[in-house]
Amino acid sequence: MLYKVKIVVMPRKGILDPQGQAVAKALDTMDYKGINSVRIGKHLEMELEGENQQIVEETVKEMCEKLLANTVIEDYRFTIEEA
Amino acid sequence: MKETKIWQEMGLTDTEYQLILDGLGREPNYVELGMFSVMWSEHCSYKHSRKALKMFPTTGERVLQGPGENAGVVDIGDELAVCFKIESHNHPSAIEPYQGAATGVGGIIRDILAMGARPVALLNSLRFGSLDNPRVRHLFSGVVAGIGGYGNCIGIPTVGGELYFNSCYEDNPLVNAMCVGLVNKNNLMKGWATGVGNLVILVGASTGRDGIHGVTFASEELSEASEKKRPSVQVGDPFMEKLLVEACLELIENNYLVGLQDLGGAGLTCATSETASRAGTGMEIDLDRVPLREKNLTPYEIMLSESQERMLLIVEPSKESKVMEVCHRWGLKATTIGRVTDDQILKVYQDRKIVAEVPARMLAEEAPIYSPLALEPAYIKEISDFNLDKLPEIVDANRVLLALLSSPTIASKEWVYGQYDYMVRTSTVIHPGSDAAVIRIRDTHKGLALTTDCNSLYTYLDPYVGGMIAVAEAARNIVCSGARPLAVTDCLNFGNPEKPEIFWQFQKAIEGMSEACRVLQAPVVGGNVSFYNERNGSPIYPTPTVGMVGLLENVDKRCTQAFKKQGDIIVLLGNSYNELGGSQYLLQVHHLVKGKPPALSLEQEKALQENLYQAISQGVINSAHDLSEGGLAVALAECCISGGLGAKVVLKKEDLRVDALLFGESQSRVIVSIKSAGIPALWQLAQKNGLEVNAIGYVGGESLTIKVDDREWINLTIKEIEQSWKNTIAKLMS
Amino acid sequence: MKFGVIVFPGSNCDLDAYHLVKDVLRKPVEYIWHQQNSLKGYDCLILPGGFSYGDYLRCGAIARFSPIMQEVVEFANRGGLVLGICNGFQILTEAGLLPGVLLRNQDLKFYCQFVHLKVENVNTPFTNFIEPQKILKIPIAHGDGNYYIDEKGLNSLLEKKQVIFRYATAEGVVSDEANPNGALFNIAGVISEKGNVLGMMPHPERAGETLLGSTDGLFIFQSLLNYLEKL
Repeated sequence: MLYKVKIVVMPRKGILDPQGQAVAKALDTMDYKGINSVRIGKHLEMELEGENQQIVEETVKEMCEKLLANTVIEDYRFTIEEA
Repeated sequence: MKETKIWQEMGLTDTEYQLILDGLGREPNYVELGMFSVMWSEHCSYKHSRKALKMFPTTGERVLQGPGENAGVVDIGDELAVCFKIESHNHPSAIEPYQGAATGVGGIIRDILAMGARPVALLNSLRFGSLDNPRVRHLFSGVVAGIGGYGNCIGIPTVGGELYFNSCYEDNPLVNAMCVGLVNKNNLMKGWATGVGNLVILVGASTGRDGIHGVTFASEELSEASEKKRPSVQVGDPFMEKLLVEACLELIENNYLVGLQDLGGAGLTCATSETASRAGTGMEIDLDRVPLREKNLTPYEIMLSESQERMLLIVEPSKESKVMEVCHRWGLKATTIGRVTDDQILKVYQDRKIVAEVPARMLAEEAPIYSPLALEPAYIKEISDFNLDKLPEIVDANRVLLALLSSPTIASKEWVYGQYDYMVRTSTVIHPGSDAAVIRIRDTHKGLALTTDCNSLYTYLDPYVGGMIAVAEAARNIVCSGARPLAVTDCLNFGNPEKPEIFWQFQKAIEGMSEACRVLQAPVVGGNVSFYNERNGSPIYPTPTVGMVGLLENVDKRCTQAFKKQGDIIVLLGNSYNELGGSQYLLQVHHLVKGKPPALSLEQEKALQENLYQAISQGVINSAHDLSEGGLAVALAECCISGGLGAKVVLKKEDLRVDALLFGESQSRVIVSIKSAGIPALWQLAQKNGLEVNAIGYVGGESLTIKVDDREWINLTIKEIEQSWKNTIAKLMS
Repeated sequence: MKFGVIVFPGSNCDLDAYHLVKDVLRKPVEYIWHQQNSLKGYDCLILPGGFSYGDYLRCGAIARFSPIMQEVVEFANRGGLVLGICNGFQILTEAGLLPGVLLRNQDLKFYCQFVHLKVENVNTPFTNFIEPQKILKIPIAHGDGNYYIDEKGLNSLLEKKQVIFRYATAEGVVSDEANPNGALFNIAGVISEKGNVLGMMPHPERAGETLLGSTDGLFIFQSLLNYLEKL
């Protein structure tokens, strides 16, 4: 079975996000007021063969823990659907 | 095809289309027409410039390879040669500054690699409009980040260059990238597809739709419509290029290659037709074998794609598996896509059918050569009419000096080069910020001095004199660092050559440059022409950027601009005249673009450089700095800032204006600082070379003071001077 | 006494580390390709600077899964000396051999310049040759050198004297003005709990010859030689 996986990796709460801060500042100078915060993360999409949804879920979780996110500074979440 | 005149959309004229019909003896198909349109574009064929470029002296006893190959090569002894070239990426950078500049760097690195050389240094000549304009700031910061992003990642130090701001570059910034490589003479490669039956291997990135018609884009003026051509701009992958560099150098070292060619402008079409044409052979390639990034690319798209980070290898069949093994180890995709034939025809197959069949030479060499009309522009007479006597005399020289030092063109460029890794490879022994950068050559005593120069205000006022000065100043910078000039690569940035006024500028500049190259014995070994630098019909100043490489026999004899020691005597080499035309003083203080650029006597220049070179080699000189934008006062301030030492200077007015004496930009002048014990030796040398030398003061204290006769005109602490000079660009960019 | 310089695809300061050991220290040194899987015979490993795997995803994140890294971890666990410089430091934190992470520089710009370092602990294999109070002048060149660790981690580092280098002024004052990248507590280098793995953002291999502008990097290498000779 082929699955479509969408993964979001975000900096953890409380971790300095200089890119997000820079964007917030830029938006403010462009006169978009009232921005409380901007945080920048990564969005990954992959297509993945797997026996069933549960196995794919375990694999993706492992990928995130091992490589795709650095859990010292980043959180991740993902969705899986049949392609 | 005839009905719609589709060739016109591709940038070919009716006459050019007729030439193709005559040459082929039939109508070209769509793929073939596309191939002609890119190969016969100005960017690839030099059809408007080729004749004028013949004026350049291109030979010399050290020259191993002049113009015509991927880059020039010059012998530096010890079995080594230096290989270098400069190229423009102006239009892509105007559209997408980060990727435009990054791929400009990537492209010039592959040119050096194609000669078999290890790329060891990068330089950049950059020109933008005023930083007061937010769009210019966006372009500027994007270009700097792009250059850094690519160079830092690939691990080649960006050691120098130049940066000018002038409103003529507001919509058409100039991004000229230069790369310098070192090669063992035995390993020199050429982009030749020799040996019938040899294999054609494509290595590196897969081919996508990016950059199709990039060269055509570079061969027309910028307009609102070009904003929409954004897909033409390619995306760079410096990591891939790093692997490509290492793999190709290993293949060369092992003697696995017959020929090597980079894929740049006009992609596969250019690489295949040029290598076959140079060797007098033909080539068959199978597009089904080309690794693609997306499915369903048409033959037209594959042949014209300018996807980055690809190289073409010509390999004997017996060495195919070894080549594959090396590429594989570096994690690179390598695919045999064809073979060399003896019929001088480039044949392109897809699905076992011929999709294009064109004589290689016709594509690569037989574009029409034009002799455009040249006419002196009307503005030349208008602006040269300038009476210095009507210019008010200077009142507050301190204020003028601080204003000049804090103008972005003169101010510190640290904001820029601090974002470049200029130390990687641990060979940079004169960092950015002095007259020329110097890198050492490992396992020898030698060093290379590197610089880029062009004052386009001068070339605008008088392209002939301006062209001479660009070469002379580059050579002077090289000599100030303790080296002797070896050779030149040039990047000729001009407007639309089909306008007679622009072509006049182009011809005059080349005449001037050629003359200076001859006298200063620095032949032109390669370069690039960038026309159509106009936005909505308004051209940039003519900007023939000179990239120059010099050789230090002993790198321990290198010299910088910084004052070194309290008590050293400051000596001015050369003569000062009442010249303010084209000066930064006139521009920044009086807001005038007027007059004639300073005069240049090449004999005087030669005498100065010879004298300075000898003095530095004898170890007499502690610092040397060329006088350029901002004249004597600015140069003295720069020597003080970089040395952290003050100076006391007394000048004689004689028949000069005070502003001309302090801020005039008379040519062939250098300030040096020396121990007092060295004075007799320097005077003796100067007498021998027929050079005017004047002791004008000494190094010391914490201020720069300049008196003219009895009156003190400048008295500023080094701290004040440094503050004006140091943070201008950072402040404008924050 | 043999040094090994590990080469990942995209390493670009491997040459500089190699030349320093060979031409300046005049000690045996070899390149170690990332696909190799033995580290027999080496006394000290250097993970050089550069952009391993293009620094795509996160700096050092992909390199830590190179075959050689498992060997490096075992080598370190056996007490072998490991020096990670710049990208090498990033790889060591990703591999869990050193605590903390290296974030983007605070103002998002790449910085290439000389900095000054205050040495916080001279009782390590990497610093024993350095006089207390000595300020080192060594260059940095990075875009991701902003050291971060949570409060608990920082307290633990301080308690165990694992912070080795801090950004300071030429006079040795640790201040914001001397901090080039926003690193927490001005941290420029940390050592493992056992004291055999050092990671630092500044490049000591670029400060080993007078003509390069400083020789202060040699204090670190001289310390290593000292330590190894006494073993």
